[in-house]
Amino acid sequence: MHFTINGQSYQAEPDIRTSLLDLCREHLGLTGSKKGCDHGQCGACTMLVNGRRINSCLSLAVMHQDDEIVTIEGLGTPEDLHPLQSAFVRHDGYQCGYCTPGQICSAVGMLDEVRKGWPSHVTGDLDAPRFNDDEISERMSGNICRCAAYPNIVDAIREVAEADGTVDIALRQTVEAGA
Amino acid sequence: MFGFGKGDTNALTMNTAHPDSLLDTSAQDVIGKPLDRVDGPKKVSGQATYAAEYALDDVAYGYLVRATVGTGKITDLDASVARAMPGVIDVITDYATFLRNPQQGGETSAPTQGVEDVAYHGEIIAIVVAESYEAARDAAEQVKVTYAPGEGRYSFLAHREEAEKPSTQQIPPHHKQGDVDTAMAEAVHTIDVTYTTPSQNSAAMEPHASLAVWQDGALTLYGAYQMPASDKLQLAKSLGVSADKVRIVAAFVGGGFGSKLGIAPESVAAAIAAKRLGRPVKAVMARQQVFDATVRRSNTEQRMRLGADADGRLTAIGHETLVSNLPGEDFFEPAGVATHFLYEGENRLITHDIVRLDWMLAGSMRAPGEAVGLIALEGAIDELAEKIGIDPIELRRRNEPREDPEKKVPYSSRALIPCLERGAEKFGWAQRKPAGTDRRGDWLYGIGVASAARSNMLQKSAAKVSIDGQGKAHVETDMTDIGTGTYTILAQITAEILGLPLEDVIVHLGDTDAPPGAGSGGSWGAGSSGSSVYLACEALRGQIAKAMGVAEDAMTLKDGRVIADNRSVPLAELVGEGMEATGQIAPGKQEQLFNQASYGAHFAEVAVNVVTGEVRVKRMLGVFTAGRILNAKTARSQCLGGMTFGIGCALTEELVHDPRNGKIVNRDLGEYHVPVNADVPQLEVEFLQERDIHANPLHAKGLGEVGICGAAGAIGNALYNATGVRVRDYPLTLDKLLEGLPAV
Ligand code: FES
Ligand code: FES
Repeated sequence: MHFTINGQSYQAEPDIRTSLLDLCREHLGLTGSKKGCDHGQCGACTMLVNGRRINSCLSLAVMHQDDEIVTIEGLGTPEDLHPLQSAFVRHDGYQCGYCTPGQICSAVGMLDEVRKGWPSHVTGDLDAPRFNDDEISERMSGNICRCAAYPNIVDAIREVAEADGTVDIALRQTVEAGA
Repeated sequence: MFGFGKGDTNALTMNTAHPDSLLDTSAQDVIGKPLDRVDGPKKVSGQATYAAEYALDDVAYGYLVRATVGTGKITDLDASVARAMPGVIDVITDYATFLRNPQQGGETSAPTQGVEDVAYHGEIIAIVVAESYEAARDAAEQVKVTYAPGEGRYSFLAHREEAEKPSTQQIPPHHKQGDVDTAMAEAVHTIDVTYTTPSQNSAAMEPHASLAVWQDGALTLYGAYQMPASDKLQLAKSLGVSADKVRIVAAFVGGGFGSKLGIAPESVAAAIAAKRLGRPVKAVMARQQVFDATVRRSNTEQRMRLGADADGRLTAIGHETLVSNLPGEDFFEPAGVATHFLYEGENRLITHDIVRLDWMLAGSMRAPGEAVGLIALEGAIDELAEKIGIDPIELRRRNEPREDPEKKVPYSSRALIPCLERGAEKFGWAQRKPAGTDRRGDWLYGIGVASAARSNMLQKSAAKVSIDGQGKAHVETDMTDIGTGTYTILAQITAEILGLPLEDVIVHLGDTDAPPGAGSGGSWGAGSSGSSVYLACEALRGQIAKAMGVAEDAMTLKDGRVIADNRSVPLAELVGEGMEATGQIAPGKQEQLFNQASYGAHFAEVAVNVVTGEVRVKRMLGVFTAGRILNAKTARSQCLGGMTFGIGCALTEELVHDPRNGKIVNRDLGEYHVPVNADVPQLEVEFLQERDIHANPLHAKGLGEVGICGAAGAIGNALYNATGVRVRDYPLTLDKLLEGLPAV
């Protein structure tokens, strides 16, 4: 089978029982994505598949022929961090670091969902949605951090979203367009 | 590369105060600053390597098999089907050697071993080893185990009358002073109430994991551990090998919160399997197994009695706690540990008794004792204030002791009242309304307060610091960073004292080939390990002064240069072949001469929905004092973490034991509810300036746990203020509130 992970081509013949998470961690040497529960309950394994965030422990590797997969290793390196990665460092958006790759991948996917105008459980007014701390907390609640860096995670994501400049505006436009 | 080598050893036992600290006189100006973590870039890019992630050749995968009866004897373990499955290498057990349960923190002996007689549901009894994780997991389901079932004790309520007094340990289980019964009878105001808290799980995000590899009769175990120095001894004893044949590596640990203090069953299972197979074996606990077979915080039943005179001055404090644990296990949740010294009161009775149950092991979870004990004490204080009709902060002020009310020794430093006052001002305490009167639409609002206190401890700890020919410093100790910030604060201490830019300090942690450190637990890590690094650096200063040919106090170290005698010389030029020194700290008489503790005050605002009983934490503020703050950023994070544990403890966390067999019913993260992002508002943390010269040369006290101590109590008190309903059975779930809420 063929997988594109972080822009690189990988050939592998995974066991049909192998999750996408285990394919990366145990077979391809990509241990950045973490396993916290193997049950879709913690978010530590979050990756981006064709641009969308998923719990990779809940997805079988054999379902991902030719998919574009991005893991934490593909977002940045210690020498060249992604804006969200450096914001997490600046805001101390972690402690032990075990949930962190999943948090960051999830935040990347989440901001994209906001740009597309997808509402969340706490989106009050669909005609004038506001991207605020409550939205960040709600949309990031699939990623457990037992060290509880939540306030710092929210700070880091808010800072990147603000600097990015596209998030709030895009959300309005999409809704106005009737999407 | 590690070990005690050439160079000085600078040892200090804290028998007297240490009024001067090099951290106050050095010039680099990095200590205390809110610096980013030095290991941060690795963590955010997935480059930090945790136990299960070491890329060794030829690793076999282990999957643990659990017992499915509450108690009983294994009469047959039929692995024939499992062994015949594709990819399976073997099904391995060793009834005598496998760990019945984990060890408690800091012990130097093996934990209880022997699994043939099942002691609790979920006990690990065998390991399936296969070429792949999937094959091992599949085969583990096919191991057929037959048991002769035993008679078990699975219900706390059914057996609470049979509680027994634990043997005396570091913390005496019983303390009696004066006569509480008589004082209660004579008191003007009294409170006599019972609070209960359930079993809880630390639920660190990284499951327990061991990767074991033998070479030439020596074991290297990559593990998820908080205290490698003692874990190594426990592992060696369990396996019957000498300690010098065991090395533990725990460079990154995905959280612990007490659950990784001692070795857990997967370690010995992996080590035995690796030895039999002659190849590395990786055993990672499934999340459900972490819930089943590591440690839990014990449930508690706490009877609180308070007696006060007309002005609210306490004359009696009774705090009698029932906890649970396995037969033969002496650990008890010391719920009354802070009650010993938090408030004045001449007549005191503080007891702990164990109800013996066939439930999984009870052990340490973040702030064992205070985390749940202060729910009862601070709840009862709130109740007393309400009864007397005075402000709860004023009640605490009236009961502020001048010295330890039991040991009659001074406090090394104590700023409880300033924390309460600062918090009251910042949080808007003056706006608090009478209970149940602040209704806004469908929501009732309320605010509450609770004191925080956590004893400060110092543990024996050693570290080696060397300076290489480039003028870079290397710190080596088997101390761990479990998210606490150890890498960063040890680098800051070294940089400060040796006058180096932070990036010129490289910290190596979590390898037992290095000098033994205190490990991470009991909030002692920074004070203990930090002091050992301080002492090593102090010795190096002496060596540098000698090389420079000046007196130590006539020399300034800054930005990698040695400045003295009108000269400024790069440190690299002075060190020659390199310099090194070992620092070693040990607790001494200061522990008996002073009561040492960190303090704080928690303020919480909650909103309760009158229709559903749903509780939301709206705001929370913690004001703390813990001596010198070594890094303002990581220190704040520790407190955020503790306060959030408090939210879980107050509102959602509860392990449910099946009364028929002791099985943990809610054994995953979908059913055991730890707080998620949306449960936690933007918490506020503030530190008040403090130095503690009695604690250690850093003048710092413990910080990792004070943030949870009292946090749940403040939420409980806020919930009462919101609703007028006092729930004493934690967690405070909506079903317990509904009946008392006003009609919609
Ligand atoms: S490991 Fe995938 S959600 Fe927890
Ligand atoms: S940083 Fe430890 S679980 Fe999030």
